[in-house]
Amino acid sequence: MSEINSLLSEYTLRIGDTSLIIGQRLGEWCGHGPILEEDIALTNISLDLIGQSRAFLTYAGEIEGKGRTEDDLAFFRDEREYRNRILAEQPNGDYAQTMLKQFFISVYQYFFFSHLQKSKDETLAALAEKSLKEVTYHVRHSSEWIIRFGDGTPESNLRTLSAIDTLWRYTGDMFETDEVDEKLLQLGIAVNMNQVKLQWEQKIKEVFEAATLQIPTDDFMIGGSTKGFHSEHLGHLLAEMQVLPRSFPGAQW
Amino acid sequence: MQKQLTEEEIYNLIANIPDPEIPVITIEDLGVLREVKVDQDKVIVLITPTYSGCPAMKTIEDDIKTILHQAGVQNFEVKTVFSPVWTTDWLSEEAKERLRKYGISPPEKSSTNKSILTTNLIFCPRCNGSNTELVSQFGSTACKALYKCKDCLEPFDHFKCH
Repeated sequence: MSEINSLLSEYTLRIGDTSLIIGQRLGEWCGHGPILEEDIALTNISLDLIGQSRAFLTYAGEIEGKGRTEDDLAFFRDEREYRNRILAEQPNGDYAQTMLKQFFISVYQYFFFSHLQKSKDETLAALAEKSLKEVTYHVRHSSEWIIRFGDGTPESNLRTLSAIDTLWRYTGDMFETDEVDEKLLQLGIAVNMNQVKLQWEQKIKEVFEAATLQIPTDDFMIGGSTKGFHSEHLGHLLAEMQVLPRSFPGAQW
Repeated sequence: MQKQLTEEEIYNLIANIPDPEIPVITIEDLGVLREVKVDQDKVIVLITPTYSGCPAMKTIEDDIKTILHQAGVQNFEVKTVFSPVWTTDWLSEEAKERLRKYGISPPEKSSTNKSILTTNLIFCPRCNGSNTELVSQFGSTACKALYKCKDCLEPFDHFKCH
């Protein structure tokens, strides 16, 4: 495999893994949503994200050239081989925590895909353009909930504050870069994460102001996703997601 | 040995496959069916997904395969392409009218210049009133949102502009 293909495969895997892991987490709400419309909304968003990850993982496997399919990549890799952003794997918690996590990630994906659709890699650009359309709806959905929760009752405000306390430390990892980003950025393929970060911060500030919420001043951040480091939560999520294909390889239904 | 079908003949064979969720529109109306190519002996059908995770895509692919088998086409491949990206702008006015009669409010005219936080005026497919309210941006399928008409009090699906 050429050096560019090796970098591109890794870069694509990170995008696909992030979508897959949030999608899998959101799927846990299926049948448990607080109201029917929200149950349907979360599973629809989950479906979009898993659909996106299928396309990105298929492409990552193609460039890698070892014959691995989307299913091989999703079901037969262990924790340390996963490249999703650490925020994606965090537990759902209550509805405020689920929505806050979704809001942080959807806004991140929105600006990330806005840039990636101009990538010199035609496949990444096309997949980004498609994903962006879907993520636009996700941003709208979670922004509205954050405003409603933050500027709602004392209870909903308190729960949102608690969610910010829990999740803020994982947001910095979304913008973590390494030599894969740097080399592909020079080739016009990767996204400039500094720009995404600035736009992300601006949008978060805007919605937080409408929601009467403060951006935390604590800037301690947990990172490591580009090296495959994760929190303890990913292993449990993968165990549940992978048990069937690993117990019955080749199973079809 | 059956005579080789032309690209156009194959296209016409499969163009009228209905969408499995919304049977009043076909895969040609939707723009899911992009192109049919015959490369020597091999037939290549290009399709594009509406939404990334739309489960109907698998059914559509299976329906295409069934029809091609029945027509005696043996060497074929159904390929998914992502560019140009699918948009509701491809729906003809006539197809939108069929959607409306079926009880689904069709997508607005253009998907361009859409900001994240704005919503357009949606008309009730039953009474044509504009006094409508969004119930949920996510409806019974990925491509639809749920609305309620405050004039005739009926809930209805809206095919999202995409």
